[in-house]
Amino acid sequence: MTATTPEGASHHDAPSLRGRRHRRRWNPNLVAGSVFVGLIVLAAAVSFVWTPYDPTQVDTSARLVTPSVDHWLGTDKFGRDIFSQLMVGARTTLFVGVISVGLAALAGVPLGIFAGMTSRRWAGEVTMRFNDLLLAFPSLLLAIMLAAIFGGSTLVAMIAIGIGSIPSFALLIRGGTMQAMKSEYVLAARVVGRRPVAIGVRHILPNVSGLIIVQSSVLFAIAILGEAALSFLGLGTPPPTPSWGRMLQESQTLLWQAPRLAFIPGIAIALAVLGFNLLGDGLRDIFDPRLEDRR
Amino acid sequence: MLLWNLARRTGIFVATLLASSIVVFGLMAVLPGDPARVALGLNATDSDVAHLREQFGLDQSLPERYLDWLRGLITLHPGTSYVTQTAIGPEIATRIPVTLILVGASMLVAIAVAIPLGTVMALRHRRASGLALSALSQVGVAVPTFLAGILLVTLFAVRLGWLPSSGWTSPQDDFEMFARQLVLPALALGLCQGAIIARYVRSSILDVLRQDYIRTARAKGRQPAQALIHHGLRNAAVPVVTALALQLVYLLLGAVVIERVFVIPGIGSLLTDSVGLRDLNVVQDVVMLLVAAVLVINLVVDILYVIIDPRLRAAS
Amino acid sequence: MKLPTTSRADSVEKAMPDTSGDSSEPEHQSRREVLNVRDLSVRTDSGLQLLDNVSFTLGEGERVGLIGESGSGKSLTALSIMALLPDGVQAGGSVQLRRPGRGDDVAKEMVGGRERELSQVRGKDVAMVFQEPMTALNPTMRVGKQVSESMLIHGTRPDRRSAYAAAVALLDAVGIPNPAEAARAYPHHFSGGQRQRIVLALALANDPALLVCDEPTTALDVTVQARVVNLILRGVQERNSALLFVTHDLALVASICERVIVMYGGRIVETGPVRDVFTRPQHRYTQGLVGASDVRKTDERGRLTTIPGTVPPAGRFPDGCVFRNRCSHATASCSQTPEWTPTGDGKGHACFHPVGEGHPTAERGA
Repeated sequence: MTATTPEGASHHDAPSLRGRRHRRRWNPNLVAGSVFVGLIVLAAAVSFVWTPYDPTQVDTSARLVTPSVDHWLGTDKFGRDIFSQLMVGARTTLFVGVISVGLAALAGVPLGIFAGMTSRRWAGEVTMRFNDLLLAFPSLLLAIMLAAIFGGSTLVAMIAIGIGSIPSFALLIRGGTMQAMKSEYVLAARVVGRRPVAIGVRHILPNVSGLIIVQSSVLFAIAILGEAALSFLGLGTPPPTPSWGRMLQESQTLLWQAPRLAFIPGIAIALAVLGFNLLGDGLRDIFDPRLEDRR
Repeated sequence: MLLWNLARRTGIFVATLLASSIVVFGLMAVLPGDPARVALGLNATDSDVAHLREQFGLDQSLPERYLDWLRGLITLHPGTSYVTQTAIGPEIATRIPVTLILVGASMLVAIAVAIPLGTVMALRHRRASGLALSALSQVGVAVPTFLAGILLVTLFAVRLGWLPSSGWTSPQDDFEMFARQLVLPALALGLCQGAIIARYVRSSILDVLRQDYIRTARAKGRQPAQALIHHGLRNAAVPVVTALALQLVYLLLGAVVIERVFVIPGIGSLLTDSVGLRDLNVVQDVVMLLVAAVLVINLVVDILYVIIDPRLRAAS
Repeated sequence: MKLPTTSRADSVEKAMPDTSGDSSEPEHQSRREVLNVRDLSVRTDSGLQLLDNVSFTLGEGERVGLIGESGSGKSLTALSIMALLPDGVQAGGSVQLRRPGRGDDVAKEMVGGRERELSQVRGKDVAMVFQEPMTALNPTMRVGKQVSESMLIHGTRPDRRSAYAAAVALLDAVGIPNPAEAARAYPHHFSGGQRQRIVLALALANDPALLVCDEPTTALDVTVQARVVNLILRGVQERNSALLFVTHDLALVASICERVIVMYGGRIVETGPVRDVFTRPQHRYTQGLVGASDVRKTDERGRLTTIPGTVPPAGRFPDGCVFRNRCSHATASCSQTPEWTPTGDGKGHACFHPVGEGHPTAERGA
């Protein structure tokens, strides 16, 4: 559609204006996103070998300590070191993100490619109706329901968020697949009688890989928000494993005495979400410059 | 063609609703252990459990229980709670208006923020001011609603003491108190959603600004903002209305969390409280209610799509 | 701009009346000037030069064709005159519009002007017909309102009702059947040719001093092209409006224009009266263009003649003569920018090896 041409340049005598500019352009979203995400990955990685304190260690002599040389970000009401909790919490956040996005991709990508490739109308229809059904269960609702049945846990949160993210993956990949199906080389592959599975893996998958990467980044951000919300509701990661969402929830009764207990994990969550969103936008610029400025 | 389209969408809606009721019921039914024992706790005697099983028809077959449950939902008599032994219907009925008021107020906040913000971001998308606003909206998107709620409480309730930090009063009882208590939760929910919607507004206005007919309007002598107002708004409205309706789903889910932050007795806190009490048939009913709400919203979006756009009307 | 090419845009001359040795426009012309483009350049934010040193004028009621292959800068020139360049490109130089003998006869600068002032000129002193009739009209607004809008913006009709009546009359004038009924219809009720006539109606609504048409018939069926062209011609003749007709169809230019400007690589390479330029082209590019448009002319193997090579991407033309990488007559000297050579009678070209002079290795043209 012509609307995606930012300057409408294709109508004028400057057809190659855009592609050229984009390839060279500095991509601030990508840089900022990579920095934020990089920081969180770094914190999580370092936490495996070193944290200032044991994040679960209760120290009644050092409760609600303000930030100092000993405790960089202070301690919570049990005297646990906030900075250490934050570092280990990054692990939880990334773990939930990786597993749930991976789950969504494993189910959503084949579903989307199948729905986009199939020439049988009923098959595409059935896939889309299945998608409709999944859409009726947003991650948070699914997670609450599963938590009611199985009790709240990191695993339940990951599964719920993963399942809840399948439809958006499937719809996007279906669109990309339908576009790729129209391309000449796919037509050529079909003409020479390649099997659908082979076409899907050899031709379609590489074509939609950009979409997959971009969407993974965006869904990662949504997964972080979901895990934080569930932990905040007490339905996510159970204590004593540190989790940013639960740190926030525990801080809620202390807003009068120590609001920083809320700010610090809050900022961590926001930075992580912002980082993955920006990374997604930056990747989108690389993989599909036509989509610039959208969303 | 138009009617056929609407009928088809409605048919899909009903089918999906039925399928999701089976999913909800099925998930609840596979619960490891006996729901009666779960509800009564570990200290219950066998006879208490047997009594409860009989009372709630848990000794019936699964299809029978499913049909009973469905009948109860359709006739708006969803039975009584395992745990509190009170009727679920009236409990839900008193909470629905609370959540609706909260969601409605938040939606107003979101719209009031998103439309001007998104428009300015689009009109100035190449200038520093537009980029700064765009960055701000990115931050807004990244802030979870409960964090926004906590930040607002810290500032307006704790520091400044202007507004109550939590609670809910019925508007009939004390309207001023009701309004004061509504402000912070509505802002928390509305600002976060507003940031997301603003990005939709921005991109759909940018889309419209690139259309040839906007250039024609400018060639007639319209200034850019005028051209947008006279020619772009209706066209930009289609994706924005869609986005608004779809974001309603997330407002509803956000309300579940924000009701917890501000101790508001709505549907969301009924759900989270019941999960805490392991009051499974209440959870089952509330989840089904929310699933139905999500499906209704999606149906309305589909129908709106067809009605707003004259080209779609013409095509059908 | 790499080198100061000619004297045609000297600051001294700018201040003087246009009777000097300045030669890119016909000196014989006594008509009052409507459009004066001086040293127009357009470049992208990233520094690509899309238009370079474009200068020409149009007189009152004069009809000029602007021709060249796709990518030669014709449309950008047209959009620069309207000050409607797309985002990401900037214009330099000067584009002045005036409305001789019509009340406010003052030159209005279109390059670098304030949007408020520009919008008072657009649609009133200068109007435009675009290439794509299918997308040029607002799909959600009735066409009568879209036509009357241009009169209401500029207050050329006293009220809504009379503007609407004028719009219906304009629709009638461009041959829309049942104009009163048509005015209440939406664009999707009309065919491409009809939509282009509606766009023409709204462009002519305020009797512009200059009408710019950017390939107005390219997107139309051959059968309706002639109709639209005739309506454009009649529209400008009735109003004594100047016409700048951008096209790559040489036959169209020959049938409606008095003068022609040939563009290539973002520069004007040749200009002159239509008959002279088409029968005795001077620039090697014009020669190729004229040759390629003649379906009777074939090479020794019976194939239609073409210009070898393709138009380079925007801003990637060779330095010196922009045509030299496709020109069979190019020599080492062509790496310098060719000077503008006025040949009298409003004619001129920028070529080191023009057709008329011949060249040791070249066959004699025309």
